[in-house]
Amino acid sequence: MSILIKNGRVIDPAQNIDGHYEILIEGKKIRGVYPKAKGPKTDKIIDASGCIVIPGLVDMHAHLRDPGFEYKESIRTGTMAAVRGGFTSVCCMPNTNPVNDNKTVTEFILRKNYAEGACFVYPIGAITKGQKGEELAEMGMMKEAGCIAFSDDGRPVTNSLIMRRALEYSKIFNVLIISHCEDLKLSEGGVINEGFISTTLGLRGIPKAAEEVMVARDIALAGLTGGRLHIAHVSTEGSVRLIRDAKERGISVTAETCPHYFCLTEDAVNNYNTSAKVNPPLRTERDVEAVKQGLKDNTIDVIATDHAPHHIDDKYNKEFDAASFGISGLETAFSLGLKLVEQGVLSLKQLIMKMSVTPSGIIGIPKGTLAEGADADLAVIDLSGEFIVEPDRFLSKGKNTPFKGWQLKGAVLKTVSKGKIYEWE
Amino acid sequence: MMLKSKDLLGIKDLSAEEIINILDTAAVFKDVLARDIKKVPTLRGKTVVNLFFEPSTRTRTSFELAAKRLSTDVVNFSVPASSIAKGETLKDTALTIQALGADFVVIRHGSAGVPHFLSSVLKASVINAGDGSNEHPTQALLDLFTIRSSKENIEGLTVAIIGDVAHSRVAKSNIYGLTKLGAKVRLIGPPTLMPAAINNLPVDIYNSMEEGIRGADVIMTLRIQLERQNRGFFPSLEEYFKLYGLTGDRLKLAKDDAMVMHPGPINRGIEISTDAADGPRSVILEQVTNGLAVRMAVLYLLSGVKE
Ligand SMILES: [Zn+2]
Repeated sequence: MSILIKNGRVIDPAQNIDGHYEILIEGKKIRGVYPKAKGPKTDKIIDASGCIVIPGLVDMHAHLRDPGFEYKESIRTGTMAAVRGGFTSVCCMPNTNPVNDNKTVTEFILRKNYAEGACFVYPIGAITKGQKGEELAEMGMMKEAGCIAFSDDGRPVTNSLIMRRALEYSKIFNVLIISHCEDLKLSEGGVINEGFISTTLGLRGIPKAAEEVMVARDIALAGLTGGRLHIAHVSTEGSVRLIRDAKERGISVTAETCPHYFCLTEDAVNNYNTSAKVNPPLRTERDVEAVKQGLKDNTIDVIATDHAPHHIDDKYNKEFDAASFGISGLETAFSLGLKLVEQGVLSLKQLIMKMSVTPSGIIGIPKGTLAEGADADLAVIDLSGEFIVEPDRFLSKGKNTPFKGWQLKGAVLKTVSKGKIYEWE
Repeated sequence: MMLKSKDLLGIKDLSAEEIINILDTAAVFKDVLARDIKKVPTLRGKTVVNLFFEPSTRTRTSFELAAKRLSTDVVNFSVPASSIAKGETLKDTALTIQALGADFVVIRHGSAGVPHFLSSVLKASVINAGDGSNEHPTQALLDLFTIRSSKENIEGLTVAIIGDVAHSRVAKSNIYGLTKLGAKVRLIGPPTLMPAAINNLPVDIYNSMEEGIRGADVIMTLRIQLERQNRGFFPSLEEYFKLYGLTGDRLKLAKDDAMVMHPGPINRGIEISTDAADGPRSVILEQVTNGLAVRMAVLYLLSGVKE
């Protein structure tokens, strides 16, 4: 089947395109980009009037919970949520049960995604067996099975020597080591940012230094080994400064942040609001500004979601200390990112890059472009379309979001993924 | 005048007027407690549920007795750790309490914010009897009551709070209450036992015991959890006592009529020496008695909110 997408403003930073074009899709591939009204005649036409047409977004940090925690999310619901949010490629973290630390689990994820996934899923393998931080997992075999990067996300690799080995060994395959930066001794028992709010709520705080000492360590190890380091979910001013400095010194390091770290401060946890409980925790206004500055000057390369769906019993029906960390993020990420455009932090093109072509380049997948021959992954978004965040209507099983009730702009109207059209009102 | 909220979750949320109102009401109940027959029919037919997730014989007994003096029925609903381990959520617990038909729920829990959660779910009045390291409002109220009993006016007093402020809900509630009533509050202890950014509150912080208690009108020592030394907050109990223990000698640095207070149970020779704990300046046992009157006042005033 061929589809022509007409009347939209096509923005494809990878080809430096921004203008009114028509895009022809044949089967699961993009066959061409034509000037306005010059595309071929097809049976199926998507009218993208008043909308932007962009490469399908790429999330390099999500938790799909499958296998093992399907009551929180499954590959089917997670990829449906992705597509709903304009994402067509999702990298899933290995903290499943069993942990994705061997090729059997990797193959399981890929097979299941092939059968029921609404979009591409790229598994991220664990750095160490069982995410225990003790022995390297079989990176070579997992890479061959389909893992595109390695991370013990959810847990740091505490042992500096093992982290050194991981960065060294990963060079054989030229794969990324994604670091969840947290000094577990400094963060122990902590549930929110350490500061006046943690004091007034009587909750144990996680100091910014818990993140920063590990960022500093991992940068030192990346410098030592020449391995490719990627810092996950940057949340503090100090981390941004360390990464900026490392990049200036030519160290191979990239970084991501998530919408909640530039949209919210620790104030969101006031009143013991567990929907704003995330790890790393929401920080202060200063950190939010530093994260935005880092995005602006490309210290932070990527906006990822850290999509962390949870069941209501784990997230809302428990005391703050016992509630799970995380936000269900796939369905709000792009609209929250648009706030940066509104605020003049990023141009629209830069936002799209940080959510598609840049992450694709960092993990080394042929995504994030509408070029001829590329997979037919794209999103049609009405930038001025407003909607209210209603978690009950999320396609994700995780209804946990601190953005409930927020009025956002940038409604994803259609997503084309794996050659299929998904559309919403 | 009654209280604005149906619940008593913390001192943080109370106005100075509400605090004074509770203290004045407690004074009336203290007279009741001095009578031969210490029971009044004020809250007959009401039910108080004591819901304690952390063991605390003192606080629970005080609430229980306060409730009985007001002629309410009291149910002690203990939640053993095992049922939580089996996966009961806080919501389940709240709904169980609701089904028991409680008018008041007195809640003690190791996690901050649990009373706030219950208050949003329950129609009953929720009284915080200590949540994590957040607040312990009735303890602060009984402390204020005790200070007022011998000092008349709290405004302008200098109150020194010594020890583990970081983990102390008693300290936090007292800081809110004392500063709202116009006292000057000094916090004394090692930096490892001070909560983050506590200087955002109107308090002065001292690492030196001698400097901190000099000229103080009231000295409040806090209980040291004995396991803190293993967690690196200070090197040893001996060193803690040497630096921050309240002794008779150090007490001489305070005002001649300074009061010595402690929320109990005390660790003799760790946060306080026997001569200071049992000396003429000590009001530690008076605090316990006043706790009853204050808790009666709280139950009484909260019952008015709902009618
Ligand atoms: Zn993480």
